[in-house]
Parts: sequence; structure tokens; C-alpha cells
Amino acid sequence: MGFGGVLPMIRHVMVVERRWQTAAEFSDMIALCQFLPGANVANLAVIFGARRCGAAGSAAALAGLLGAPVAIVLVLVRLYERFGMLAPVRHMVAGLSAGAAGLILATAIRIALPLRGSLRGLAVAAAGFAAVGLLGLPFLPSVLALAPVSLALAATAPDQRRGQA
Amino acid sequence: MLLVLAVLFGELSLLAIGGASSTLPAMERAIVVNHHWMSAAEFARLFGLAQAAPGPNVLAVTLFGWRIAGLPGAAVATTTFLLPSCCLAYAVGGTWARIGDTRARRVVAAGLLPVTAGLMLAAGVLLVRDAATDWRSASLAIGVAAGTLATKRHPLWFLAAAAGAGLLGFG
Repeated sequence: MGFGGVLPMIRHVMVVERRWQTAAEFSDMIALCQFLPGANVANLAVIFGARRCGAAGSAAALAGLLGAPVAIVLVLVRLYERFGMLAPVRHMVAGLSAGAAGLILATAIRIALPLRGSLRGLAVAAAGFAAVGLLGLPFLPSVLALAPVSLALAATAPDQRRGQA
Repeated sequence: MLLVLAVLFGELSLLAIGGASSTLPAMERAIVVNHHWMSAAEFARLFGLAQAAPGPNVLAVTLFGWRIAGLPGAAVATTTFLLPSCCLAYAVGGTWARIGDTRARRVVAAGLLPVTAGLMLAAGVLLVRDAATDWRSASLAIGVAAGTLATKRHPLWFLAAAAGAGLLGFG
């Protein structure tokens, strides 16, 4: 039941509503899921499931996360293809895509906020943004070039516990 | 076609450092620019639909696959995008917990966070650009971003508001 993209919502439910995890624990798990490649909500499900009940927990969490949503989204897209030519539907979907883009932008800013005050972090984020977002450089080489540089910078920076939030 | 999809999404699966959304620039480049499978606006619309459906936004991958090669495309894109990374997550998840709050772990986290932030910002800006056909939809996207950041309101509320605004011609 993760309407609107699960990352902002999972955070809301797990940290603000249900308090399964503190904000720090959640950030820690997100940090791991970001360190791992792949859809981080799927990773989150696999890891959270595994911590609670092993491989079965992972499979269950992943199935729960994806099963119904995949079916629903496929029905939705069929409806859209069928009625998409109607003006109201077209306008609604246009508004929706603008809103969804705004949500991703907000999530990105939320992820970037802990970097303020860290020149190293801001520089790497700006480089990544410029390479992929502005210059349209190929994704694979950009990531493979930037990640080791960022890790090396982090390794030489003074150790700070709050830095990983 | 299905093989091309499998290779594309399988590769992105292991490249998606910040999660599915951070590879959106790479997906857009492959799907819209290189293969001409759909327009940038269609890309943004499918992403919007995936966000509006209940579920993770990795569902966008399902819709891209579906749009490109029907039901088999949806299945191939979703599976190849998830399987490699999920196996890795399962293998590494326990280790991460056992390591505890060590310096090495903080370095990895602190080193990758800025990369993620940069890629996500690129994805956000790119999606806003794709979705914004005029000043109204652009301000709608910026407004949703600002509203989400400024309040603790549920993200769905903003999506519904954006869809409603679009319906009224403001999008």
C-alpha cells in the first residue's frame, strides 16, 4: 500500500507513524540500500524481511511489496491507453506526471540536505548532478568514476559519526 | 527486443546506487534517446502513472517494459531489474548488521550518499523537465516538491492535488 512511490512513504510510516525504527536507524538502512545497487525499496524489503525471518521473510516482503502493485499498475496503464485520448484523462495524467516529478525532486533534496556543511559531499553531489543531469554523460562511466573518488574523499575526511545520516 | 530489455535493465540493476530512481536518467537516455521507444513526455507520463499506483516507484520499470514489449516486456524488465540487486542485498544485508557502526561502514555510507544525492537530483530535474510542458505544469511540479519538503503531509495527497490541478486545466 505504498501510494506515490514508497521511499517517502515508507519513511513516513516506519519512522513517523509506527515508530518501528528511529530516524537514525532508518537512515542507516537507507544508507545500506543506497550503497547496494538496485531498487532501494526492494532492497529494503529483502533486508528488513531477512532480519525478521530469514530468506522466507525476504521473499514474503518482496512479494508483498510487488505482487498487488504490479497487477494494479498494469490495469491502470491499460485504462490509460484506452481512455488516454480523452481530454480530461490526458490533463489529469499530465498533472500527475508533474506531481510525480516534483515528489522525486523533493526526495532528492531530502537526501541531499544532510550534505550541507560538507564541502566534500556538496562537491561530489554537484559533480554527479552535472555529469548525468546537465551534461548527459554516459551513466555507467560517470557512476564508476565518481563513486571511488567520493569513497576516497570520505576515507581521508575526519571521521564524524553524524556524517552518514 | 526482450533480450535488449533484459540486458538494459539487468545492467541498470547493478548500477542503481541510489535506488531505482537514480537510474532514471540512464533509462530515459536508453529508452527515449537511443532506442526511440517512446517520447520524453510519454516517459514522464508512465512514471507518473507508476507513482499514482500503490507500490514502489520501481513499478515505473514495469510500465516502461510493458509499453515497449507488452506483458512479456513488463515481466522481463521488472525481473531483470530486481533479481541481481535483490540477491546482492540478501547476501550483504546480514553482514552490514554484523559489522556494526564501524569506521569502514561510515566511510562507505558517507562516500556514497553524495553520489546518490547528485544522481537523484539529476533524476528529479530531468523528470520535471520531461513532465513540464509549460509554465503551469512546471510550477505544479515545483509546488509539489516545495509542499512535500515543507509539510509532513502524505505524498499521495500531493499527487492527488496535482492530478486534480491537471484535470482543472492547470497542468
